[in-house]
Amino acid sequence: MAGFFSSSSMGELRTAKGDLHLDRVTKRFGDFVAVDDLSLTVPRGSFFALLGPSGCGKTTNLRMIAGLEQPTSGRVMIGDVDLTGSRPYQRPVNTVFQSYALFPHLTVRENVAFGPKRRGESGAMAKADEALALVQMSHLAGRKPPQMSGGQQQRVAVARALVNRPEVLLLDEPLGALDLKLRREMQVELKRIQTSVGLTFIHVTHDQEEAMTMADTVAVMNHGRIEQQGAPAELYDLPRTRFVARFLGQANLFDAPIVGTDGDYLIVENAGQRFGVKKSRSTVTSGTVSYGVRPEKLRLDETEPTDLRPNECLVGPGRVTDVSFTGVSTQYIVEVPGFPPASVFEQNLDVDPIVTHVGDEVWLRWNASHAFAVAPEEQK
Amino acid sequence: MTALASATQHATGSHPAADQPDEARAVGARKITPYLLLIPGLAWLVLFFIVPMVQLAVVSLESKFPGYPGYYYLDLAVWNYRDALSEFWPHIIRSFVFAGVATILAFIIGYPLAYAMAFKAGKWRNVMMILVIAPFFTSFILRTIAWRQILADEGPVASTLNALHLLPGGHITETWVAVVAGLTYNFLPFMTLPIYSSLERIDPKIIEAGGDLYANGFTTFHKVTLPMSMPGVLAGTLMTFIPASGDYVNAELLGSDISTKMVGNAIESQFFRVPGGYPTAAALSFTLMAIILVMLFAYTRKFGTENLL
Amino acid sequence: MRRLRYWIADNFVMMSAILVLLYLFLPVAYTFVFSFNNHGKSNIAWVPEGSPTLKHWLNPCGPPGLCQSLVNSLQIGALATLVATVLGSMIAFALVRHNFFGRGATNTLVFLPMATPEIVLGASLLTIFVQGYYRVGLELGFWTILIAHIMFCISFVVVNVKARLLSMDPKLEEAASDLYADPRTTFWKVTFPLALPGITAAALLSFSLSFDDFIITNFVSGDASTFPKFVYVSYLRGIPAEANVVGFSMFVIAVLLTVAGQLIQNRAAKGV
Repeated sequence: MAGFFSSSSMGELRTAKGDLHLDRVTKRFGDFVAVDDLSLTVPRGSFFALLGPSGCGKTTNLRMIAGLEQPTSGRVMIGDVDLTGSRPYQRPVNTVFQSYALFPHLTVRENVAFGPKRRGESGAMAKADEALALVQMSHLAGRKPPQMSGGQQQRVAVARALVNRPEVLLLDEPLGALDLKLRREMQVELKRIQTSVGLTFIHVTHDQEEAMTMADTVAVMNHGRIEQQGAPAELYDLPRTRFVARFLGQANLFDAPIVGTDGDYLIVENAGQRFGVKKSRSTVTSGTVSYGVRPEKLRLDETEPTDLRPNECLVGPGRVTDVSFTGVSTQYIVEVPGFPPASVFEQNLDVDPIVTHVGDEVWLRWNASHAFAVAPEEQK
Repeated sequence: MTALASATQHATGSHPAADQPDEARAVGARKITPYLLLIPGLAWLVLFFIVPMVQLAVVSLESKFPGYPGYYYLDLAVWNYRDALSEFWPHIIRSFVFAGVATILAFIIGYPLAYAMAFKAGKWRNVMMILVIAPFFTSFILRTIAWRQILADEGPVASTLNALHLLPGGHITETWVAVVAGLTYNFLPFMTLPIYSSLERIDPKIIEAGGDLYANGFTTFHKVTLPMSMPGVLAGTLMTFIPASGDYVNAELLGSDISTKMVGNAIESQFFRVPGGYPTAAALSFTLMAIILVMLFAYTRKFGTENLL
Repeated sequence: MRRLRYWIADNFVMMSAILVLLYLFLPVAYTFVFSFNNHGKSNIAWVPEGSPTLKHWLNPCGPPGLCQSLVNSLQIGALATLVATVLGSMIAFALVRHNFFGRGATNTLVFLPMATPEIVLGASLLTIFVQGYYRVGLELGFWTILIAHIMFCISFVVVNVKARLLSMDPKLEEAASDLYADPRTTFWKVTFPLALPGITAAALLSFSLSFDDFIITNFVSGDASTFPKFVYVSYLRGIPAEANVVGFSMFVIAVLLTVAGQLIQNRAAKGV
């Protein structure tokens, strides 16, 4: 039974090493396609985040790597070993579950020793104590999980997975249930642990900030596909789809036709005004594009600026419709006729930060080399 | 019975994947596992529930051999039902009326008890639960006889009421009041425990939120608590009504010879005391069963089967 | 005055619950009191001469058949509980943890005995026991009572264990599987220990239902007796006060055992 779908033997499965590959994996639940022809390589030892809204297929993907679901088609591999069809307990993969799934009838130490015991390792309890020390939970080893706080349970869940030294560690939104402060602490902690043990971590989350702070590589998923993947800064600076632009941080986007080129730049036109975007920063070279600028790349002027630099773009006048102070920066919403409302972040460098008020007339400018362009939303 | 109610609320909300047969599982040995688990228990139920019911149906259509007491032959005697009904229809009506009144009373008495166990008892919860079940061990026959003593003419209840001239007729025992009281008492735990187990699952915060929004204890109960405990109430009423309607011990021990007999008494006496009464007893049993199933069907149509299974 | 009114409003539910509990225990108390009655033929009226007496407590097995009926009840209760708990738990596991053809029919088959009045169950069993089953050497008595009790206990076990299994997080079994436990180990190390409280509760319920059953037993017992049947049969010629001794003792033992079990469970839940 064990190897019915898998060409690999039990021993091979347990000791598989190398990069994780998903090879054209599809998972259907009835008519619903949860994961759609997805291919992916996660280099050994990296911290990889799968980011996406709920229902995008990221958890199903994780469950297929764990062996808790079998793909409808395609293969899951670690190095050269094909894991497809093997059972979860045969794979060198462990999961930190969203709800932690700690065994309520076992003590913390017994929970952590569960994996090593099942693998028949000697000194399971000693290994458990070591893992508990790593997550700083040694003092609660004799407790039972229901008597512990969410943060403590979370650490135990991490220890219970880590103690097995899996080839791949899966984290299924493990920080979702924690409050903001604890979440930030645990993010740093998890990153520290990953660096110190050097295992492959795959982290599923819908929190873009979490993904960006922790991961070496972020893959943004939508409708069962990966829209874009790359280093966090790269993804933020240069989104290649409209979905990624909007999901990862904020983006001011408007649709405009390409009306020409100027050297390295494509020129688009909206509301009678022309704007440039680098050819290398556009996924489209003809027809209509979604032209985008990040809010912190925009600058506000209270009078029509006269000092425009050669590649700066300008729109206005528009009106401020909302001002919200967030501490390090202030967000303004500006409405310019012919454009969707624009969001602007200004850093609060002065003592009296807010000099612009609702109703004020303003101009917006940005450096054209900061802009990006992606394919507009498909007409359905 | 505790779980009759509790089984209901978790029936939904499974992982979408749980509905999908897992490919690896659909092969070989795994597929027969559920049947191996089911066969012994279901075989028992088929052999000692379904087969006897079929046999009872057959008996209800038999006639006795003239001159050979204890022997019957099958002649599809549907008139057994007509004869049984024409003779015992008052028993049937009494059964359902008594059981209905007892069910309502048990609900009125049992709900506050269940509510107190779920929300007010704190660490005494389990102790109260034990106290509700414990009287079973005294034997319900003994307790019913104790009620006969309590309600007897010379007992404390009847003599007090008589002294105050509040008891028309002068008796409690030998009347329908005593029978209904006995039924109410004996099936009270069957009402209380399912209600308790559905109340116990309600997050007290929801009730606090109700208090916050409606700001009135009664309205909160009416709009929040009661609807949320409905699965338990449904299970409890069935677990009370069904056995009460088929009971004959209370009518035998607390009632009189004529005017308080229930259909259970008729079935019992046709089986044990009337020679050649088997077909009539079987026909009466089936009539009782049929009426209950029809009521159950109407009940489930109104409230949904997931509350029962 | 107002204070008093608020106090009543706050404690009304608890007070009525205590009243209901007293009502539940009133006949038990009567049973207890009348176990000291120096009664004549029938133990219905209190006999002031010579009462209270301890003589019934000193010789509870005095009346012929009483202790034999109690032994029968305990044996049938224990065996019925054992068999019904095993068979019923198996059905519950199949229903909750497996997909199979015939699930709806299984649910209905489990539910129907609970929706059938005891007298119909008893009557139907009697018809097969007197007609067909004589041929295989099954006579009315201990074994037919046991068969009947197992039958009606199975449904209660299934419903209780099923509720427990449904309230368990399926993620726990996934976690075990993720942590290198094969299906058998997952069952014995995780599923079964977690289901155990539900199984224990189901077993306790089975035992109390079997121990207290009279109607079905009366139909299928032939000449054999159980404690409830002994009481019912002797009612006509007068119940000996020794029956009160036994009934009340069983009540006390049941309370003590469940309280002790509860304490052990509480201690276990607290961890080391």
